[in-house]
Amino acid sequence: MLLKTEALTKNFGGLTALNKVDFEIQESEIVAIIGPNGAGKSTFFNLISGYYPACSGTISFLGKDMTRTPTHEFACRGIGRTFQTTNLFTDSTVLDNLIIGYRSKTKMGMLDAIFNTSRARRDEGASREKATEVLEFIGLTEVKGQPVGNISQEAAKRLAIGLALVTEPRLLLLDEPAAGVNHGETNELAKLIKKIQQTGTTVCLIEHKVQMVMNLAHRIMVLNYGSKIAEGTPKEISNNERVIEAYLGGTAHA
Amino acid sequence: MLDGMKKSNAKLIAYGGFLAVAIAFPFISPNRYYLTVVTLGFIYAIAVYGLNLIVGYLGQLSLAQAGFFGLGAYVSGLLSLKLHLSFWISLPMAAVVTTLVALLVGLISFRTRGHYFVIFTLCIGVIINLVIEKWDDLTGGVRGLIGIPRPTSIGPIDFISLESQYYLVLFFLSLTIFVMSQIASSLVGRTFKSIRNSEELAATLGINVMRNKLLAFGIAAFFTGIAGALFAGYIRFIGPDISNPHLTFEFLLFLLIGGQATIAGPLVGTLIATGLTESLQFMQEYRMVVFGALLIIIVKFFPGGLVGAAMKLKTKIEKRMNKANKSVNAPSKGENHAAKNRGFN
Amino acid sequence: MNLLIQQTVNGLTLGSIYCLVALGLTLIYGIMEVPNFAHGHLYMVGGYVTFFMMTLYGLNYWVSAIISGIVLAVLGILLERLVFNPMRNSPSSNKFIAAVGAMLFLEASARVLWGSDFRSIPAIYDNVVVMGGVRLTEQRLIIIAGAVILMVALYVFIKHTMIGSTIEAMAQNRDGASLVGIDVNRVAMLTFAVASILASAAASLAGPIFLVYPGMGSLIIMKAFVIIVIGGMGSIPGAVLGSFILGLTESLGATYLSSNYKDVVAFAILVLILSIKPSGLFAKGAR
Repeated sequence: MLLKTEALTKNFGGLTALNKVDFEIQESEIVAIIGPNGAGKSTFFNLISGYYPACSGTISFLGKDMTRTPTHEFACRGIGRTFQTTNLFTDSTVLDNLIIGYRSKTKMGMLDAIFNTSRARRDEGASREKATEVLEFIGLTEVKGQPVGNISQEAAKRLAIGLALVTEPRLLLLDEPAAGVNHGETNELAKLIKKIQQTGTTVCLIEHKVQMVMNLAHRIMVLNYGSKIAEGTPKEISNNERVIEAYLGGTAHA
Repeated sequence: MLDGMKKSNAKLIAYGGFLAVAIAFPFISPNRYYLTVVTLGFIYAIAVYGLNLIVGYLGQLSLAQAGFFGLGAYVSGLLSLKLHLSFWISLPMAAVVTTLVALLVGLISFRTRGHYFVIFTLCIGVIINLVIEKWDDLTGGVRGLIGIPRPTSIGPIDFISLESQYYLVLFFLSLTIFVMSQIASSLVGRTFKSIRNSEELAATLGINVMRNKLLAFGIAAFFTGIAGALFAGYIRFIGPDISNPHLTFEFLLFLLIGGQATIAGPLVGTLIATGLTESLQFMQEYRMVVFGALLIIIVKFFPGGLVGAAMKLKTKIEKRMNKANKSVNAPSKGENHAAKNRGFN
Repeated sequence: MNLLIQQTVNGLTLGSIYCLVALGLTLIYGIMEVPNFAHGHLYMVGGYVTFFMMTLYGLNYWVSAIISGIVLAVLGILLERLVFNPMRNSPSSNKFIAAVGAMLFLEASARVLWGSDFRSIPAIYDNVVVMGGVRLTEQRLIIIAGAVILMVALYVFIKHTMIGSTIEAMAQNRDGASLVGIDVNRVAMLTFAVASILASAAASLAGPIFLVYPGMGSLIIMKAFVIIVIGGMGSIPGAVLGSFILGLTESLGATYLSSNYKDVVAFAILVLILSIKPSGLFAKGAR
């Protein structure tokens, strides 16, 4: 088992955004989290990526407790993520984004930089190599020298995924990877996600495009009003009454 | 690759050119007065390089800079005046004490964000200023420290003449520029810039934001402390004014005129601004009428300062030339950039 | 005992002056998220205008204060139009730098125009009143009373006039305000005008006791920042509370601890508070 949450809870002021969620992610599967708007999907993501701390409950990753671990440690331990609104270093190029993404794997410090030690050169070389490798994997070699402001929406989505991949995650969390791209591009992104899983990286994604989720995911968790209401294979989920009710009921717009 | 060599060669030429002119300056300077002005400008420039690391590269508007400058000057001044320590001990001591104080300040101030951070650091500057002014027994209060000894001679080299002091300051300035450009072109410098661009993304990628901020803050304070100590040894009279927030604002002005987050910016800005101030001596007290307005105009229209504007112009021309040459030889854009980032190694 | 009362009254006087300056600062911050670093220098210009109205034109103290308020309202609007309005989409640190530029400009202009001498607004209410064994000059009472009246006026303005409640609405939700069709520009100018009037009133009231000089804004602006950080940036009641806390602390601290370090107190309080609570005492919407 890769990641496990127990009774994970988050309150904002008086509002319970996430209520006692138990969940497990197995090694090298693709799991999806779905639910109506405001169901707590992003909150769940933000908790298991260490973006903000849980109010109660626990998170463990590879058997180690991560509940009180600071944000930046999550990437070092092997959890990478993307954001719903594509988040990139807007003042640099595609390649430079990936190079800085590899920073947590390098060791060079201030003195290495000042004296340009062999470690500094090794680290810079390794970063460039890794960045180039990921660039090829996500299919953006063509635009590597472009400032990120110049590339297409779909390319930016790929780059955001690449940025998470550079950190060499065991678990990759994707927050609506296909939001705002057209049908053809969605299929391309689904292929990329499949490819990532085939290299042995576990993928967990939030997605509104049901078709994509049903084709891609091995397992699905459904959240509604901050609580888990169902979990199972795509087939089980599509026949689950509570799920159908949640989507068709009061919080109609999904 | 070839392009990279060209780029680093160009950089070497720029540094070499600067050094050659700087070394020759005492011989070509028409009078000694210019030499004193430039020496002082160099000392300020070192402090502005420190500010550049925090404001320019790290993107945190810290306003404690003059406080750290004053701290460096007073630590060095007091050690050599009261304990009769050699300049070569009091200078590193000043740098170390300033760094330690800055790290302590950073540990608290970096937990605050946005305007709180700016106000917090400003208050630290004010506190240092007030303590220096009020701690009469130690610092001499408003009277200041008088008769600070000159930098101690090293073997046959003494620092009595104006020229020798100029070269001493030039040595430290070159050291500062070297260190800053090494940092800027390395992964460490890029890490700082990534924090400036998006703290949350940097943290998500596993970058320890707090540690990197402290690192930049510490290095900046280290050089600011050195600048303070050099000031004390050069002017040999220091008062609480040198830690006044007004000096921080001047440093900020120098930085913005030259261009933040550039290597040449702090030196260019400091020399031009101090030069202008000196040539407009008659309006010494009123120069802020011009500079205050200038600050607003720069921050609105030329956030990259002079060096930033020059670089923009250069890429524009290069682009046009590239277009013209495209049919002859078209280097891939990516390669070009990769080479540039390797920079001065 | 008498000393304690005396110093308490002095603290209230000081707090009243701080309050009028800090209220303007917090209003501007609440509406526009601009840390108006030049605010203390508006206070300074207000002091000069009152001073010259009285000494050059021989006008009555109150008439001079009113003229000063009008002049400052215009200056405040100019500042908003020329400096802050063009910067409204810039990063927050750039706004801060622009405000610093405006501050340096105002201070240097004051030196050019009026010199660096210390001046004092002629005191006309310097009779001593004895109340319960405590001797006070009338001017101190006028400062306290004046501040209270202006605070009440501000309260009535915000709660009971159309335009005032618009300001409040915008302070609470800027984006929402522009959605419901509030003229953001007009509110911004009005806020600057009101804040500048308050600053000039503070200077007119304080002028006969404290001195008028080009640098008089530097210290008070930093203390005003300390106050609004204590009270929560953008909060009006917080600014009032913070002002009197600071005024009393300084006045009593100077008497019972050390008069030498009385100015350090304010900044030490701020450092202490932000060390414990990095987002301020009464932070709203902190994450």
